[in-house]
Amino acid sequence: MSSIENHINKRLQEKKILIMTHQVLGYPSFEVNYEIIKLFAKYKIDIVELQIPFSEPIADGPVFAKANQEAIKQGVKVKDCMDFAQKVAAEFDIKFVFMTYYNILIQYGLEDFIKKSKEIGITSLIVPDAYPENSMEFFDLSYKYDVAPIAIATPYTDDERFKFIDSLTRGLLYCVPRKGVTGIKTSFDYETLAFIDKCKTNSKHPIGVGFGVQSKEDIQNLTGHTDIAIIGSHLLKTLESGTLKEGLQKVEDFLASLNS
Amino acid sequence: MQTKGFYDEFGGIFIPEVLNPVINELINVFENIKQDKSFWDEYTTLLENFSGRPTPLTFAGNLTKHFNKGKIFLKREDLNHSGAHKINNVMGQGLLMRRLGKTRVIAETGAGQHGVATAIMAAKFGYKATIYMGIEDVERQYSNVFWMKKLGATVVPVVDGAGTLKDAINEALRDWVGNFDTTHYCLGTASGTHPFPEMVAYFQSIIGKEVKKQITERENRLPSKIYACVGGGSNALGIFGEFLKENTVELIGVEAGGMGADTDMHASRLAYKTGKIGVAQGYRTYFLQDEDGQMKNTYSIAAGLDYMGVSPILASLYKSKRVRFEAATDKQVLEAFQMLLSHEGIIPALESTHALAKAIEEIEKSTKDDIIIVNLSGRGDKDIFNIADAFLDNDWVEFIKKKNDYYKNVQKQS
Repeated sequence: MSSIENHINKRLQEKKILIMTHQVLGYPSFEVNYEIIKLFAKYKIDIVELQIPFSEPIADGPVFAKANQEAIKQGVKVKDCMDFAQKVAAEFDIKFVFMTYYNILIQYGLEDFIKKSKEIGITSLIVPDAYPENSMEFFDLSYKYDVAPIAIATPYTDDERFKFIDSLTRGLLYCVPRKGVTGIKTSFDYETLAFIDKCKTNSKHPIGVGFGVQSKEDIQNLTGHTDIAIIGSHLLKTLESGTLKEGLQKVEDFLASLNS
Repeated sequence: MQTKGFYDEFGGIFIPEVLNPVINELINVFENIKQDKSFWDEYTTLLENFSGRPTPLTFAGNLTKHFNKGKIFLKREDLNHSGAHKINNVMGQGLLMRRLGKTRVIAETGAGQHGVATAIMAAKFGYKATIYMGIEDVERQYSNVFWMKKLGATVVPVVDGAGTLKDAINEALRDWVGNFDTTHYCLGTASGTHPFPEMVAYFQSIIGKEVKKQITERENRLPSKIYACVGGGSNALGIFGEFLKENTVELIGVEAGGMGADTDMHASRLAYKTGKIGVAQGYRTYFLQDEDGQMKNTYSIAAGLDYMGVSPILASLYKSKRVRFEAATDKQVLEAFQMLLSHEGIIPALESTHALAKAIEEIEKSTKDDIIIVNLSGRGDKDIFNIADAFLDNDWVEFIKKKNDYYKNVQKQS
């Protein structure tokens, strides 16, 4: 079992649901990323996705797409992201995951990227366009270095493919409960919860549910169905809902509300 | 284990998991129509009646006389309805949509040709259409936007990224990720995830099939050389396909050389050897990218060639050296454009003029026995705004100023 999966299982003995959040690295700046991660630590967030910006983020909705583009425009390099990740991984009691697109790994050198991730304390990788059948090298190298590759299942994944994806994933299975990109509200109705329950029943791993998780109420609805709730775009929208100072305060208020 | 759709190491499927079922559905329907001879008949009949196919293979007698070297022929894709080869692929996908039972179509467009063609197809078949177009291109090619809207399509200007073709593709993919149950993504070029490269090349192969028949009837032999411009690669693959196994026929793909190899202002991935192999927008090919793997902004005088990736099928033909890749600079393109107007009375699209420019540059090396075919993939008269810009024509500028005054008055009165 991968080290991140051990960690998740251990935490799940103490908490009913774990929280995973997200940062686009270098947006609006590494300094703000750092301030927010400090808040994540303060409010006991369990796992944080660090997204290395890519110029063609096809799976991301408008909020993240803009953040990716702005970060690149500001000159954010993959090396800066690695340096930053190393620093926060050493400093905080949080498990950090790299999320990015396949080309970033390929240009860095697939094995070098995965090896480096392990060395700097990254526990997992999410690469949405590493289509499993054509990306086995990515999965195999990730197993080799014990950096858990997280695969994705959707309501459109049939049973046979679900088995295949569940056999590839490590750490957790990322369940996307609807079609569409990130950042659109998901209604966690009966049908959606039925999909999530099916994932939970059929997966050999802890499951995480992301895409459209926006409130404490969503998390309450998800508790008992999923092991991990994943909050992405909503945090960035919150940060951008005022001046930087106001935004940070609102992020803190939001995180505090999750704990209350 | 690996999926279909690889050409050597290029192509494949690299998409978010949620698109998996719709891609498989598309692969299955495409496999079915390839087996079904009645589909190809239906397709060619539709294009004969609706788009004037077969398009002529025009002997450029005056140009040939001018150079006194090989015989120059032009494949007149500019004479298609909508003014470019794009309509071939689009009508094919329109028929395919019927079999998929989908009623909404989305498309990306660079120059606007593919957008206009898709809007025409949607109007004819009774589909809803949404066209994504980079904001830069909306400004460069507003006349095409005007037609798309008049044809009933919704045009969405894309402000993300560089505001060009690649960004329009990303936005179309995002739409598709959210609406694939009702919506077909009508990709305009032989790039992107499998099965698009194969499918678009299949529909465009009608160009090469006609050329082979036409040149054999007329000259009783195959051509020596075929030139085609290469953006994503659809018109090039369309005319090359039928000749790939004819080893005596030299195939030349011409990229946008822009301001030249010693600048960053171009869109040449292969000829200038500046593209690196990577994965983006669903497929593996040579991309113009930086050392981190971020895609570079490209430049071309012709919006339709302004793209950082290239068809994976062409990438494999580059690697195997079956197709030779060259680039034509803006300067060469404008000279060739003027030459075709003056000598032949034909107004080519700036995209297609890249192929002509390279053919003219290399004509000295030919002999009178050679037959040279240029794929004239689109016509230029509808691009009058940016062609006039390219030539900085003073009379045109005066005309636009007068129009501006006229519109000011009209707006005041209304």
